Amino acid sequence: MTVIGKRVQRLEDGPLVTGQGRYVANLSFADQLHMRVVRAGYAHGELKAVDASIALALPGVVAVWTATDVHDVPPIEFRPTRVQGLEPYRQPILASQVVRYVGEPVAVVFAENSRLAEDAAELVTMDVSALPPRLDAEASDVEPTVLRKEYGDLDRAFKSADALVSLELSVGRHSGVPLECRGALARVNPESGILELHGATKRPHANRNLIARMLHLDPARVHLFQGHIGGGFGVRGELYPEDFLACLGAIRLGRPVKWIEDRRENLLACNQSREQRHRVTAAVDNAGHILGMQDEFFHDQGAYVRTHGARVADMTAGMLPGMYRIPAYRAIAHYRLTNKTPAATYRAPGRFEATFVMERMMDAIAKRLNMDRVEVRRLNLIAKEEMPYTRPMQVLETELILDSGDYATLLAKAQHAFGWDGVCRDVEARRAAGESVGAGLALFVEKSGLGPTDLASIELLEDGQIEVVTGAASLGQGVETVIAQICADAIGIDYKCIRVVHGRTDRIREGFGSHASRTTVMTGAAANNAALALRARILEAVQGRHDLPMEILEIRNGEVIRTDVEERVTTLADLAKTAKFEAEGEFKSTHMTYPYGAHLAVVSVDRETGGVRVLRYFVAYDIGRAINPMLVEGQIQGGVAQGIGGALYEEFLYDEIGQPLSVTLADYLIPTAKEVPPIEVLITEDAPNPSNPLGVKGAGEAGINAVGAAIASAIDDALSGDVFVTRLPVTPVQLKRELNCKIGTS
Amino acid sequence: MSRVALTVNGERHVIDVEPRCTLADALREQCAKPGTNVGCEHGVCGTCTVLLDGEPVRSCLLFAVQLEGKSIRTVEGLAPHGTLHEMQRAFMEHHALQCGYCTPGFLLLGVWCVENNPGATDEELRELVASNLCRCTGYQNIVRAIRSVLDGAK
Amino acid sequence: MKAAAFEYHAPRTLAEATELLARYVSADVRVLAGGQSLLPVMAFRLAAPAHLVDINNIGELSNLSVEQGHLVVQACVRHRAFEQPQENGPLGRLLARVVREIAHYPIRTRGTMCGSLANADPSSEWCLVAATLDAEFTALSSRGRRVIQSADWFQGLMTTALQPDELLLQVRFPLLPEGTSFGFQEFSRRAGDFALAMALVTFRVESGLIVDPHVGLGGVEATPRRLAAVEEFLVGQRPTGQLYTEAAASGASALDPLTDVRYDAEYRRDLARTMIRRALHEALPVL
Repeated sequence: MTVIGKRVQRLEDGPLVTGQGRYVANLSFADQLHMRVVRAGYAHGELKAVDASIALALPGVVAVWTATDVHDVPPIEFRPTRVQGLEPYRQPILASQVVRYVGEPVAVVFAENSRLAEDAAELVTMDVSALPPRLDAEASDVEPTVLRKEYGDLDRAFKSADALVSLELSVGRHSGVPLECRGALARVNPESGILELHGATKRPHANRNLIARMLHLDPARVHLFQGHIGGGFGVRGELYPEDFLACLGAIRLGRPVKWIEDRRENLLACNQSREQRHRVTAAVDNAGHILGMQDEFFHDQGAYVRTHGARVADMTAGMLPGMYRIPAYRAIAHYRLTNKTPAATYRAPGRFEATFVMERMMDAIAKRLNMDRVEVRRLNLIAKEEMPYTRPMQVLETELILDSGDYATLLAKAQHAFGWDGVCRDVEARRAAGESVGAGLALFVEKSGLGPTDLASIELLEDGQIEVVTGAASLGQGVETVIAQICADAIGIDYKCIRVVHGRTDRIREGFGSHASRTTVMTGAAANNAALALRARILEAVQGRHDLPMEILEIRNGEVIRTDVEERVTTLADLAKTAKFEAEGEFKSTHMTYPYGAHLAVVSVDRETGGVRVLRYFVAYDIGRAINPMLVEGQIQGGVAQGIGGALYEEFLYDEIGQPLSVTLADYLIPTAKEVPPIEVLITEDAPNPSNPLGVKGAGEAGINAVGAAIASAIDDALSGDVFVTRLPVTPVQLKRELNCKIGTS
Repeated sequence: MSRVALTVNGERHVIDVEPRCTLADALREQCAKPGTNVGCEHGVCGTCTVLLDGEPVRSCLLFAVQLEGKSIRTVEGLAPHGTLHEMQRAFMEHHALQCGYCTPGFLLLGVWCVENNPGATDEELRELVASNLCRCTGYQNIVRAIRSVLDGAK
Repeated sequence: MKAAAFEYHAPRTLAEATELLARYVSADVRVLAGGQSLLPVMAFRLAAPAHLVDINNIGELSNLSVEQGHLVVQACVRHRAFEQPQENGPLGRLLARVVREIAHYPIRTRGTMCGSLANADPSSEWCLVAATLDAEFTALSSRGRRVIQSADWFQGLMTTALQPDELLLQVRFPLLPEGTSFGFQEFSRRAGDFALAMALVTFRVESGLIVDPHVGLGGVEATPRRLAAVEEFLVGQRPTGQLYTEAAASGASALDPLTDVRYDAEYRRDLARTMIRRALHEALPVL
C-alpha cells in the first residue's frame, strides 16, 4: 500500500495550528540580552565617527560595538567559485570607513530588553559625509566581474537571419519578504561550551562551517538548530552580518543574545533580488526558427557581494534558452554594484528574470513574423528524442544537460486542460465588445536537485517508530512529510510513525541544506537509501532469528510478515527492544535535474486606470514524480502568488539620493487574496528524473518562475498589441503612460 | 509600569506592562501566549490578529494598558489542550498552511466568520481572507478550508 | 519597531480629557481613539508623544444619533458601525457604501470616523465624505467648544484646524433629502489600500435636471474638496453619459495633484477624471 503519490496530511501541522510554533521569536534563554542593529541612513558616505556614549549611559545597555570592536572578523565569504574578482566586495559585519547602503549595519547594541535596545540604538549617532550614490547598474563603474557564456556560431546566425528582433527588457527589484522577519538566538551552551545558533535554516552545515571559520572556532564546537521557520524563499538562511554579531555577542558578553529584526529592517536589509536590465537580440528565419540569440545584461547586485557570489547572474545567463533549441548563443552578464541593499537569491533566482526575457522574445518574434504565439514556441522546442540534451555551456560550474523532458507534450496537455483555443476565442469576442481582456502563456525550464551529495541516517526507536536524521532544513515546505512518505514506502510502515529531523548540525555529520529545490530529490533519495538499508538489516535479523527465507519476509504497517502463510512474525516495536537497528544512506548526483512547465493566464486591464486583474491562472508542470501532489500544488500556488507580486505589485524603489521608498508593507505591496485568483494546477509525470531512484524532480520554484512572462503576454493580448510589456512590475502608471503615448502617436 | 487585568482564553491575567507594550507583545511576553505571531508591527499584514470581545483586531495596534477587563481569544484558546477546533482540522485537511506563521491570524478570522457570519458568500469570504497576508499558500486553500467549515455548519 | 515610552492616561469624562490635553499640550500629547493610524506612526517613531490620552472609556463618545436633520457622530464611533445604515435615508446608505472601502474589517472594528477626520490623510474616505457633504466639526478643549465648517477644517496635507489641546468631539452630517442619488468610486493598488483617487457625488434630479450636485475628490490633492467647476457644469443639466464625461474632464484640469516617485501629476489627473465619471454613472446610470 504505497503512500508515495498520495495527498496525505502533513506531519508538521499540529504545532502550527495550535500556536505552538517554535519560531525564533518564541525562543528564549534565561539571562539573554537583546541585540539591536544601528543602521546607516545614507546610501553612500564616508563614515567618520560613531558616537555611542549616550546610548551606553542608558541603564540596561550592556555594550555597543562598532567596526573596531569586531576588526578581527573578516568580511563575509561567498560560496567557492571559479569566478574571479569578487573578493574585494565582500560585506564587513559592521561598516567601517564607508557606508554603502541605507540599512547597512554600522553599530550594534546589546541591552536587557528589546524596547530598551531600540531606545538605545536611537541614541547612537554617526558622522557621515555623503558621497554621490550609484543607483543604476548600467551607469555604475563598479563591476567586480563579467560572466560570459557562448556556444555555436553566432555571427553566421546573425548574417543568415531573415529578421533580427531586439528588445530592451527589465525586471524591478523585489524579493521574498517572508512574513516572519529574520532573527537569531545565540548562546554558548553552559554545559558543553559549544556555540549554539538557534533559528538557523537553509544550509545548516555550510553555515555552521562558515561561522566557525569567520569567528576562528573549531566547527565541531559550533552547532546550528532549527525550530519553525516562517518562510524562506531563498532570502532567509543565508548568513548575514547580524548572525555573526549575535554569535560574537554570546561569546564575548557571556550571555545568550537574541536578535529579532522588525519589518522596516527586513525591507531595508534582507537580501533583495531580481533587478536586471537586458538587451537581447534574436536572429530568426521567416518560418520562426531561432538561429541564434545574444543577450547582454546588467545585474544590479546592490552594495556588496553576498554569500552567493555571482550565481544569480550566472543562472540567468545559463538558463535563458529555456526549452528552446537556440543553436548559437551568447550571454554577457555585467555584475555591477550600486548603493542599494545587497541582492542574492530569491525563489527561482535568475530564472524568473531569464524566463521573462526569453518568453518576451518569443512573443516579439511571433508579433514580428505575424505568427501564432504558441506555434512559434512549438517550432523551437527541444524534442523528447533529443534528450538528454547538452547545452554546451556551464551553469553554476557544471555542464548544463537537460536530462529528460517532453516539452511538446506538456505544452499540448497544458493547452488542452486550460482550454486555450476556447479561451482565446472568448477573450477575442470580449475585446470586440469593448473589454480589454487577454490570454498569455509562458514556458519554462526549472532546475532542481543541486548535488553533489546528500546523507541521511535512520534508526528504529524503542517504541517501534522510525527516526530519520537529515541535513535538510525546513522553510515551511513540508520536508518532514515528504521524507516520511518516502521512507514509509521503503520500509513498510505508516508514514505517521516516522519522525524526520532536520536543521540540526549536531545530529548528523554532513548536510547540504534545503534550497534550489533539492530536498525531495537529494535528501529524499538519500533517505530512501537509508530506509532500504534499514529494512534490509531488519529482515536479515528476522531471517537469522526465525530461520525464515528472505523471499517470504515483508514489512507491512510496522510488522514483519511471512507471506507464505500471511502471518505476523514480529513487530518493529518488539524488534527494537532486542537490538539497535540503524543505517545510513547516501545519494550522489553530479548533475541537476530539470523539471519544466507552462503558465497560462487570463488578465483584464482597465485602460482608464491602468489597473490589471488576473482573472485566471493555470500551471502545468512535469515533476517527474510527485511524492505528495497536494504539497506540490501548494508550492506552485504559493509561487504563483509571489510571481503575481513580482509581475504587478512588488518593487523596492529608491529616490534620487538612494533613500529606500519601500520600507513598510503599505509601500511594498504583497498580493492579498483579492489579487490572486484560484490557481489551477496540472501535475504530469511524463519525464521522471533518470538519475534518481524515485524519479523525482523538485517543485519549489515552478510556481513563480514564469509568472512575469505569462502576465506580460496576457497584458499585451488584452490591449490588442497597443503596448508591448518590457518592464516588470507592470504598474498602472506605467501602463497608462504607454497607452497615452499610443493614443498620442496614433 | 501599569497593572492591567486581561482575560485571555477565559483565564485572568494580571500583568505589569509599560504603556507602550502592545497587546501582541503582552500576550507573547507576559501571558505565556506566544502563538500570536508578529509580522509587521504596523497593522498591515494581519498576522497578529486576535479576537477582542469577540471581534477581530490587530493586536499590534493596541496597547495592553487600554484593555483593562477586556476578553481576548488567541489561537491557543480555540480548543482545549489536546483537541482541535474544527477550523484547525479544516486547515490541516485542506493544506491551508505551509510555514504556519500567518496561520493563527487566519484561524481566528475563520472562527469569527463561522460564529458571526455563517452565511458568508464567496465574495464576503474572499474579502475577509484579503484582510491578512500569506506568503506561502496563495490563499486558495485557506479560503477552501474556511468554506468547508462554513458549509459544514449549515 | 516598538514605540518610544509615554505616559498613559485614561480619563472617564470629557472634562478630565480636556484637562489632560491642556496640562500636557506643551509636552506633546496625543489623543488615542481607534489607534489604527496613531500606533503605526508611533511604531516607526515618526511620532513620539510623551503623553497619550485614551478617550475610549468616555461612554458618551460612542454615541451616534440623528438630531435636527443631522447625523451626529461622536469621537469613538467605530468605522464598523456604519456597515449597517445608521439612518434610513440616502445618507445612511451612502455611508454604508463608502465604509466597505475602508481598509479591512479588523481595522474597522477599532478605527473611528472622527479619528480619520482628525488625522486628515488625503486618502481617507471619511475625509472625502465630510468635505463633499459639508459636514460640521465640533472641537472641544478646556477652553470650550467651537464649531468648524468643513471648508475650514482641512487646511493642508494631514493638517486640520484642530489645535494641539483640542480633540474632535463630534462630526455632524446633514441628512440627504429623499431621492438623492449618490455614487462613490475609488482606485487603489490592492484591496483595502489607500486610495490613489476617489470621487463622491450626490445630486437630485428634478424635472429631469440635476439639482444640488456635490462632487468631491479625494486622494489626489493634499486635502479633499468639492470641485465647484464640476458642480457648475452639472447643475441644471440633463444627466447623460456625455455630460458626465465632460463634467469629469472639466474637473481634472484645475487640480493640484500630489506627486511622488511612483505617481505623477498626469496620472493623478487621469485617475481623477475617471473616478468622477464613474461615480456619476454609479449615482445615476445613463446611456
